[in-house]
Amino acid sequence: MSEHHHKETFVTKYIFSQDHKMISKQFLVTGMIMGIIAVFMSMLFRLQIAWPETSFTIIEAFLGNHQTDGVMDPDFYLALVTIHGTIMVFFVLTAGLSGTFSNLLIPLQIGARDMASGFMNMISYWLFFLSSVIMVISLFVEAGPASSGWTIYPPLSALPQAIPGSGAGMTLWLVSMAIFVASSLIGALNYIVTIFNLRTKGMQMTRLPLTMWAFFITAIIGVVSFPVLLSAALLLIFDRSFGTSFYLSDIFISGEVLHYQGGSPVLFEHLFWFLGHPEVYIVLLPALGITSEIISTNSRKPIFGYRAMILSIMAIAFLSTIVWGHHMFITGMNPFLGSVFTFTTLLIAIPSAVKAFNYITTLWKGNLQLNPAMLFSIGLVSTFVTGGLTGLVLGDSALDINIHDTYFVVAHFHLVMGVSAIFGMYAGIYHWFPKMYGRMMNKTLGYWHFWITIICAYGVFWPMHFIGLAGLPRRYYSNTAFPMFDDLLQINVVITIFALVGGTAQIIFLANFFISMYRGEKATQNPWKSNTLEWTTPVEHIHGNWPGKLPEVHRWAYDYSKRVDPNDDDSDYLHGQDFVSQITPLLEGEEHS
Amino acid sequence: MLALFYIFIGIAIGVSFWQITRIMNLRGVIATDEDNAKQGKYALLFMAFFYAMMIYCLIFMNVIMLPESASIEGEHDDNLFNITFWLIGIVQFVMQFLIFYFTFKYRGNKDRKAKFYADSHKLEVIWTIVPAVVLVVLIGYGLWQWNNIMDLSDSEDPVVIELYSRQFDWQARYAGEDNTLGRGNVNYIKGRNSMGVDMSDKNSLDDKQVTELYLPKGRKIHFQFRSQDVLHSAYMPHFRAQMNCVPGMVTKFGFTPKFTTEEMRQSSEVIAKTIGINKIRKAKGEEELYEFNFILLCNKICGASHYNMQMKITVVDQEDYDEWIAEQPTLASILNN
Repeated sequence: MSEHHHKETFVTKYIFSQDHKMISKQFLVTGMIMGIIAVFMSMLFRLQIAWPETSFTIIEAFLGNHQTDGVMDPDFYLALVTIHGTIMVFFVLTAGLSGTFSNLLIPLQIGARDMASGFMNMISYWLFFLSSVIMVISLFVEAGPASSGWTIYPPLSALPQAIPGSGAGMTLWLVSMAIFVASSLIGALNYIVTIFNLRTKGMQMTRLPLTMWAFFITAIIGVVSFPVLLSAALLLIFDRSFGTSFYLSDIFISGEVLHYQGGSPVLFEHLFWFLGHPEVYIVLLPALGITSEIISTNSRKPIFGYRAMILSIMAIAFLSTIVWGHHMFITGMNPFLGSVFTFTTLLIAIPSAVKAFNYITTLWKGNLQLNPAMLFSIGLVSTFVTGGLTGLVLGDSALDINIHDTYFVVAHFHLVMGVSAIFGMYAGIYHWFPKMYGRMMNKTLGYWHFWITIICAYGVFWPMHFIGLAGLPRRYYSNTAFPMFDDLLQINVVITIFALVGGTAQIIFLANFFISMYRGEKATQNPWKSNTLEWTTPVEHIHGNWPGKLPEVHRWAYDYSKRVDPNDDDSDYLHGQDFVSQITPLLEGEEHS
Repeated sequence: MLALFYIFIGIAIGVSFWQITRIMNLRGVIATDEDNAKQGKYALLFMAFFYAMMIYCLIFMNVIMLPESASIEGEHDDNLFNITFWLIGIVQFVMQFLIFYFTFKYRGNKDRKAKFYADSHKLEVIWTIVPAVVLVVLIGYGLWQWNNIMDLSDSEDPVVIELYSRQFDWQARYAGEDNTLGRGNVNYIKGRNSMGVDMSDKNSLDDKQVTELYLPKGRKIHFQFRSQDVLHSAYMPHFRAQMNCVPGMVTKFGFTPKFTTEEMRQSSEVIAKTIGINKIRKAKGEEELYEFNFILLCNKICGASHYNMQMKITVVDQEDYDEWIAEQPTLASILNN
């Protein structure tokens, strides 16, 4: 990266940009557009759940040939839940969250001029863009998009006879995901190489902010697990198009016996969940990393237990690759395997608990600056705890038997990875918006956004646990076929109202985001009085991030409220202020924290 | 209607845009002491709302829960669930309190100085060890129970039943006199042999195909599951039983019914739930009243009518069961006619 100015055209600056800051904004905006689509879908199917088979003008207006008189078709209900899940997990929470903040923060927080390979970074975004476009196009296929659940278990996903969405819609889904995997692999390799090689002088691994550790480990999990999804998808493409039998065997459908022999859907489940479970942490760890940074900065306190936090991220990452079988306790897998997976799964509770305790201890005796970013981070800790605890029920194979695939599961994973990760993403946006656009977001709207969102999130997902405990399976178009579930309907109405309000409230955020981009208050260089390196760069973006020499790092990122005498809380702040930037050299006699 | 809807949307967008620009004109981007004070109080208010909701749901949604396990094996499931639920419930209430109370208590202001507290080896060890010890108990009990349920080898004289799933219904086959099911494969599906039973297998001849499940109380039932087309999952929530039906594979599960359907209807939990349901059904104008029945549902997404794939299960005393099973014709007698 040289410091002299390239001549930039509109195309190289805004479209085929190789600058990590621009690429991060591209990831963010694409992710947000996908997010809007997915949230809107969830609001549509919530209407159907609360008021089954009732005519809605909005459904008539949007669903085209997949509705009759404003009532959505049962197979399109399944299409909606499928695409909602796919988009949320992959396009919003993987690419939108990790893509945005890894790209923005990795070079800025380690003191690098750009990613190791700007070109590969650009390719990563454009592959993601392409896969998003294909996924959106699949919505308009005549027979409807993929509709066998976001887990696309064959044979349902392999046989167009079984469900209309398994035709062209499924083909596009697979193509889109294959491209997505390529995008995320290229991105992840870039992140790993950059963090390994381009740290500025003095930035030892043990001085990296926890955001960097989270993104780093996330990238490693991605590299380990995403290729397996690609192979699962390829084999499924073979089964669908070339007549192989990897996943299929002994099938009689539409009045005839199919030729497939010897395959097993359980193989697909293994391959899928080998990605699918680590994916949860690919989504969650960046959010936790962002939270660590924001909670520490806004508490004006060092993050509690820095080393324990790193160790628990590593432990979570390692364990996450050997627990996938807990999604498969009742698939007919050998019960002994079930025991092993129960054991490894419940172990994850230990590092997770350590993280939660450490966040709470960081709040303790802090001087909390309750900015919207801080509130979202606190909200994340809350939903992470609520959702994480029910994992103890689901991870236990004996208990999983009876709540597997019920709404209890839906409530659990939405809280622990959905809402938590989204909160982390919002926190990150509010916090680093000045770094992205040189302007600040409005705090009043931020507060409205936070309180409405967290109330609605709990309003949706807390009662949902109980519906699951009543035995209601997920992915049911309507419960009217079972009188035993009639008493759940009113609860579903309440949930839907919370969902509609919560979904609509995101408009507050969108408006704040786009208006602030052009009309927000101009940002100062270090608005949150933070220690990390990104706040030493100029407000206006420049190629290479720092004018002149790269900064040199002398200390860790968490010297907030450090005192002259570290053992005396009444002594004066070091340097007369409650934060000490990483580029400030140690004073004589000062010890590393 | 459509036009009205668009007008409504238009007005809503206009109003919200006007409100939002009004707020956007209020400058202010970084939390001040007043903001901290206000948001801290909101955190307390939110905590009150959250606790009220949690407690309300825990108390008043008890009635909609599944009644106590109707299988002997499921008793330990209920136990383990209760232990786990109490445990996570307590942790949840304490942790959420700390999160929101600290947010309020340590809300920032100019005079406050944060404590520089970066590490405590002792605390870290405590909150690694304590969860670990608690988990050992949960894992231990869980694994013991799991082996308990999944081990079908030691039961004497079980009732052997096959459940065969397809889009979108269930079929069932009893093993007959010899208590052994004949082989099955999709290649044999033809006409009335809708479960694809291989009639050249001697064991098949006395098998009995039925449309409704009758189970004898107090005897171990061995289920085997097959699927004709896509994945299904046989879910019998009242018995704490579930197993996937996988094309090309035979899966197994077993349990011992503890109550007959009639006994279940007399249980206070079921009566309360039934009253609640019938109140709602009456309000909706449904003619038919709900009466408790055990049920088998499909719990793995399997296509458009996934939501309507069920089979009634009736648990009766051994004598009634013997009477019923004797009435059912054997496969040989049906298929050879």
